[in-house]
Amino acid sequence: MADAPLIRIEHLHKQYETEAGAVPVLNDVNLVVRRSEFVAIMGPSGSGKSTFMNILGCLDLPSSGKYFLDGEDVDTLDADQLARLRNKVIGFVFQGFNLLPRATVAENVALPLIYAGLERRERARKAEELLAQVGLAQFGRYAPSQISGGQQQRVAIARALACDPRLILADEPTGNLDMKTSHEVMDVFRRLNENGITIVLVTHEADIATYAKRLVRFRDGRITHDGAVSGTAIAGVES
Amino acid sequence: MLAEAWRAMGANRLRSFLTMLGMMIGVAAVIMMLAIGRGAQFVVDQSIASMGSNLFIILSGSATSGGLRLGSGAIPTLTTGDADAIAELPSVAAVAPVAPGSAQLVAGPANWSTQVMGTTPAYLDVRDWQVQSGYAFSNAEVRSQARVALLGRTVVTNLFGDEDPVGKTIRIKGSPFTVIGVLAPKGQSLDGRDQDDTVLIPVTTAQRKVFGSQFPGSVRFIMAQAVSAAAMPAAQREMTELLRQRHHLPERADNDFDVRNLTALADAAAQTARVMSIMLGAIASVSLLVGGIGIMNIMLVSVTERTREIGIRVAIGARKRDILAQFLLEAMILSLIGCVIGVVLGIGAAVMANLVAKIAVVITGTAVLLAFGVAAAVGVFFGFYPARKAATLKPIEALRYQ
Repeated sequence: MADAPLIRIEHLHKQYETEAGAVPVLNDVNLVVRRSEFVAIMGPSGSGKSTFMNILGCLDLPSSGKYFLDGEDVDTLDADQLARLRNKVIGFVFQGFNLLPRATVAENVALPLIYAGLERRERARKAEELLAQVGLAQFGRYAPSQISGGQQQRVAIARALACDPRLILADEPTGNLDMKTSHEVMDVFRRLNENGITIVLVTHEADIATYAKRLVRFRDGRITHDGAVSGTAIAGVES
Repeated sequence: MLAEAWRAMGANRLRSFLTMLGMMIGVAAVIMMLAIGRGAQFVVDQSIASMGSNLFIILSGSATSGGLRLGSGAIPTLTTGDADAIAELPSVAAVAPVAPGSAQLVAGPANWSTQVMGTTPAYLDVRDWQVQSGYAFSNAEVRSQARVALLGRTVVTNLFGDEDPVGKTIRIKGSPFTVIGVLAPKGQSLDGRDQDDTVLIPVTTAQRKVFGSQFPGSVRFIMAQAVSAAAMPAAQREMTELLRQRHHLPERADNDFDVRNLTALADAAAQTARVMSIMLGAIASVSLLVGGIGIMNIMLVSVTERTREIGIRVAIGARKRDILAQFLLEAMILSLIGCVIGVVLGIGAAVMANLVAKIAVVITGTAVLLAFGVAAAVGVFFGFYPARKAATLKPIEALRYQ
């Protein structure tokens, strides 16, 4: 399995059933992502990139086609096994941070560890370690509302890292942040990628996409570009 | 998990409290109603026990004189001889003839009017009555028509106050009697009479020296105790046959006496108390149910409010059963806390009812456990639906929820 690509997607289709009939969202998508890659996904809204991310994150299932995550055919897994993948293999980072407002920063970071079955003390220790990793060691006892947006996103990254995932899925992680904090957050991603974690990132900001090594462009449910990050490739998205 | 459930409730204290309030009132009502029901039952049981068990009362018959029918006991057909004969029956444990009458008692400056019962020592066995101080008169004293008296507690209080009357002399209808003992208090009878307002004297003394009678040896009624509850029908039949024989009644003639089963009456009273107890409990259970629905209501609101939180949890690896457990736990904690407070309130209210309104209450461990168990079950039952709703939310929709 170690040689298998982390993500292998073959002839993936996704359509939503509505009263007006089936609405196709993704159309014959093929993609292979190897370990330690840093992929930026760009595309106009409605191009299907969010749906694609949901499928990558095992939150949604394809209508047809194959998705192998870490060598496992996701289609054959039951709900509990998918939950295990989300817990152990994937780490999510959302645009809106999605921290639990009533829990402290440290508790938010430790949340996935509850579902991984760790003891309370072990969870606290690990949360402390993770917060230090994103430079927020002293903020463990704060409520999410007491820290800045950039800090909240770093907390969310620490949470995504809690169970040592192989893959981080980030859906417009800098969408709610200003320029300066965006770059701080992206530096964290770059460091993680240098340590061997695969990152798939959705963004529509050109300078954020330059942190990635590979660019995938979506349009109307299809991949229209897949290659190295370059000025022209990014500009193509912008147009 | 527990800490999280606690925090979720702490985030909405007023709402959590109001939810628990329903449970509290339900549990408190059940406990208080059961306590009152049991209390009523206890009072009835006590009255029954004070009457004596497996009891018959045999009354002398009614008479018809000149077309005018008189009631039971109008003609003195029963005698001490009848009582002695009944005592020989194998199904009968104890028999006491009773010749009652009311009389004025005088002791020093005090006087008191009460019921004086001429009877035999067996009366104490039949009625299951103890002598508190002094001693009971013997059969020898019955034979010798001794002027001795056993006083009930109420009589002692009215004639002697706090003094010990044993050995003192009282006058009953003017003739002197020596007080040889005081009866243990028995309290009220089923029909509310004060059973302690009485004086017992030997039946012979009553017949010959106090009340007199134109029929020597006649008694107003005979009390008989069967050897067991099972022996009661046999005892009734045997006593009836024996008395018909002794009274030389021809085949067709009506009985000139009346055998009544007192225990049957008592059983009916006990049954009534039991039914009341169950009914009170049932009515109170309805409020428990309402409390449970309150919990469901709040949990449903809570699930909707926290849709996004559920989505986040699912995204980071929570399984269906983790979400289910979380919300079920919250519902159970709500109902359990409500329950504990309800138990305290219920017991407190029952004690208050006892102290202030003088209502008899009996709080039993089973009643408390029952209320507690039902409340916990209600918590699980009504918590399950919202929890399941939370667990089956689609993660992408939950995450998109604002």
